[in-house]
Amino acid sequence: MIALSGIAKRFPNGVQALNDLSFTVGRGEFVSLLGPSGCGKSTALRLAAGLLTPDAGTVTCADGKPQIGFVFQDHTLMPWADAMTNARLPLDLKRVPREQADACAVAALARVGLAGFERAYPRELSGGMKMRVSIARALAAQPQLLLLDEPFAALDEITRNTLGDDLLKLWREDGLTVLFVTHSVSESSYLSQRVLVMTSRPGRITADIALASGRDSRLSPVTIEAQRFISGALNTAIAA
Amino acid sequence: MRRLADFLLPLAVAAFLLGAWEAAVAHWQVPAYVLPAPSAIARAFADNFGSLMEALASTLAVTLEAFVAACVLGIATATAFSQSRLLERTLYPYAVILQVTPVVAIAPLILIWVGFERINLALVIIATIVAFFPILAGATLGLKSADFNLIDLTRLYGASRLQTLWRIRLPNALPYLLSGMKTAGGLALIGAVVAEFVAGSGTATGLAWRIVESGNRLEIATLFAALALLALTGVMIFAALSFLEWWLLRRWHESAISAS
Repeated sequence: MIALSGIAKRFPNGVQALNDLSFTVGRGEFVSLLGPSGCGKSTALRLAAGLLTPDAGTVTCADGKPQIGFVFQDHTLMPWADAMTNARLPLDLKRVPREQADACAVAALARVGLAGFERAYPRELSGGMKMRVSIARALAAQPQLLLLDEPFAALDEITRNTLGDDLLKLWREDGLTVLFVTHSVSESSYLSQRVLVMTSRPGRITADIALASGRDSRLSPVTIEAQRFISGALNTAIAA
Repeated sequence: MRRLADFLLPLAVAAFLLGAWEAAVAHWQVPAYVLPAPSAIARAFADNFGSLMEALASTLAVTLEAFVAACVLGIATATAFSQSRLLERTLYPYAVILQVTPVVAIAPLILIWVGFERINLALVIIATIVAFFPILAGATLGLKSADFNLIDLTRLYGASRLQTLWRIRLPNALPYLLSGMKTAGGLALIGAVVAEFVAGSGTATGLAWRIVESGNRLEIATLFAALALLALTGVMIFAALSFLEWWLLRRWHESAISAS
């Protein structure tokens, strides 16, 4: 679906965020990008989305640029608009007729468990519900590639786990391709099929771990084993 | 109960001060040409009601026209600044120069250039200059402080600059703009009054001229009545803009929510 090859990125303040970063994400895969804070994970995600251009290297998509859904760490909602208008934003920008856009937004909100909250403003919603609206907005664009930048980092554990389960369900139902940035080993070990471990800045991939099936709960032995393995790879990456 | 107190307490203070003023004038027999009693001011107001209302209408017309012109010019300039850093860097210093130059100093020039035969236009231009800057500053700040991630999101979905402006930057600028408009409303009135003072006799017909005229004739009670009307107008403009601000922001902005 998408391949980043030999990517380097230096910011105007002189910080070299990424150096020789390469990885691929296949169609329908759920891949986590894991690394310590400040290693360039978010930069890599923005490069994949086309929001940044690399200084060196290429970002290529197998069948032309896919429709992308992006979820930020912060909910990034428009505070002046209700949940429905927020979820409808990608469609409004594409000038989709209002009735059709409304129907898509209502369906997307229902899929993330927010049926009945269409007219609620962001300030009237909890942190978890705001993040659900943000995911609904990404889904409303009917994406082929869903990019998530530590979307659950600011949430409490219960909400984080529920949203993680919901995300898995959406991925399975829609056949989405997901690239999920996280610094949580447990999150990556439970949610994804593959984990890409990054070094500290300047970030590059040091381990590409394909996880075994059978991780049907967070506490299953296979998941715990995957966690141990990923933790080891992460410690090696940080020490490198 | 708290709302009633918010309304009644200032009124009680006003009643006390007016009572003390009335009593002091009567007790020390202060001449009316120095300080008229509130009752005398009320009589002067009633006696000159028609002419004072005409003067108020004239000042109010200049104020509102200047306010609208300042809003249109301020928002248009701020929008242009938000689209081009180069334009902002080039022109913003001139907006600041216009703001810091005392309007009394440039008012005579404007009167000469526009001409006394078009006095109303000259007054509106002077008042617009006074009211323009807070709107420009507020709108510029608001348009530029939109969430970068939201702007990125619109780019991701292929939005045009106009769409980003309309859907993200302008709504985001609303609280800043409304705050600037509240300041500008009062300044438009001050600008109109200053312009009338500078325009002088025979041309201006507003409240400022009634104040000058009453002062020259030692009709101090009428002067106070015109002054009170001017203050009341300022308060009403501020109240109207505060209501507009609350109404537009009541569903989402902290400033309006904490005020309701």
